[in-house]
Amino acid sequence: MSYPESYKYTKEHEWVHIEGDRATIGITDHAQHELGDIVFVDLPKPGSAVTKGQTFGSVESVKAVSDIYAPVSGEVTEANELLAKTPEQLNSDPHGAAWLIKVKLSPSNSETDSLMSAADYQNYVGAE
Amino acid sequence: MSANTDLKRTPLFETHIASKARMVDFGGWNMPVQYSGIVEEHNSVRQAVGLFDVSHMGEIDVRGPEAGKLVDYVTTNHAAKLKHGQAHYSALLYEHGGFVDDILVHKVADDHFFLCVNSSNQEKDFEHIRQNNRFEAEVEFTSDQYAQLAIQGPKALATLQKLTPVDLAGIKYYWFVDGEVSGAPARIARTGYTGEDGFEIYIQPAEAARIWAEIMKAGEEFGIRPCGLGARNTLRLEAKMALYGHELTASINPFEADLGWIVKMDKGDFVGRAALEKVRANGLTRKLAGFEMRGRGIGRDGYEITIEGQPAGWVTSGGPSPTLNKNIGLCYVPANKTAPGTAIEVTIRNVPVEAEIVATPFYKRRQGASA
Repeated sequence: MSYPESYKYTKEHEWVHIEGDRATIGITDHAQHELGDIVFVDLPKPGSAVTKGQTFGSVESVKAVSDIYAPVSGEVTEANELLAKTPEQLNSDPHGAAWLIKVKLSPSNSETDSLMSAADYQNYVGAE
Repeated sequence: MSANTDLKRTPLFETHIASKARMVDFGGWNMPVQYSGIVEEHNSVRQAVGLFDVSHMGEIDVRGPEAGKLVDYVTTNHAAKLKHGQAHYSALLYEHGGFVDDILVHKVADDHFFLCVNSSNQEKDFEHIRQNNRFEAEVEFTSDQYAQLAIQGPKALATLQKLTPVDLAGIKYYWFVDGEVSGAPARIARTGYTGEDGFEIYIQPAEAARIWAEIMKAGEEFGIRPCGLGARNTLRLEAKMALYGHELTASINPFEADLGWIVKMDKGDFVGRAALEKVRANGLTRKLAGFEMRGRGIGRDGYEITIEGQPAGWVTSGGPSPTLNKNIGLCYVPANKTAPGTAIEVTIRNVPVEAEIVATPFYKRRQGASA
């Protein structure tokens, strides 16, 4: 699976798609592959705040629990309800239908500088 | 995956790498945790057949005129009652009644017993048995002489039968035969750790890769899959089979672990017996029970359990059940709180989530060919 050029990526294997003051956050194909069969996704409620670098939820596979870290700071506007009923979608479409949350970015967001481009992320997981 | 050369390898290491298995450090062994995926592998065992490399398991041979006496002195089940070619589940205990290990005892002959023990406990078990050997018996550590494969599932018999002249249907549950698989010597036991019918075979390490490949070929028509330790764990959990280090530890006794059936108090003295007498006289304070999550969340190994907000125990093994499509687990709770229907809470990331004690095993296969 290819990594969308328009997304930015973290070392903890999240992606973020920023459009104006809005962002969509998910986990990468590499992350879902490492986790294996995903059976449970725990996400914050709309209205709650997420802070860059801090965990905002978790993804569980049959074998393990994995924390998810926020690539940016902001307020949650939507959590993907699809994943409550069909968490396995995260295995099949992690960059698309199985996004995790949408957020309204905090006003001062020069925070995206530390994120990786698709090419950098591809190198990063290739080398890992 | 980084290649950690300090880890021990089974004779099938290269086979696993070639099969693109995901390898993990399992108690010092470099073992496959999954190949195609845990759920897929799990389902193949419930519905057809799966093949496991369990060569990390340890083997100990006990020989001599008093081999049986030694085995009965260091284990809880009654080895003297075994017939030639019969096996049973048993335990090694410390004097204080806690588990050294849980093991399988096979009676090869009056003067020869073959023990299969947990990989991470094998050296400790060997020392424990030797230290208690005041009989005319020799204890030999023979793990290096065996590779072990588990062929498990409703199509296990049909798969393995293609490769052996031994009449597999004639081997009853928990019996074994010394015969051949693919022309090589094999101890074929109708045992397993999945809750399905199946076989565990003990073979020469040099033959392991060839026999693995032949079993995979023989099972092809049934959709056989190589299975890793991940599926082995979900399968055994559904069947409520204990795992050392989780349900069983040095501070847990067999009655607490709901394994009273492998303790034969009337067979004569054995290591741990005096302590178990006291446990029986005083009654149990805690006991192993099964639970199902009711609230959203998965109770996992080590999570705390509360009842009406008060600390009550801990989860020993927990996770999703692929067969039942529920989140299940085993836990220690006060002995008077083990009735099915009892409401408990599992603390998941600092939040108590509702769960309920349920009857076990979670999964029981429909009556197989023999039992």
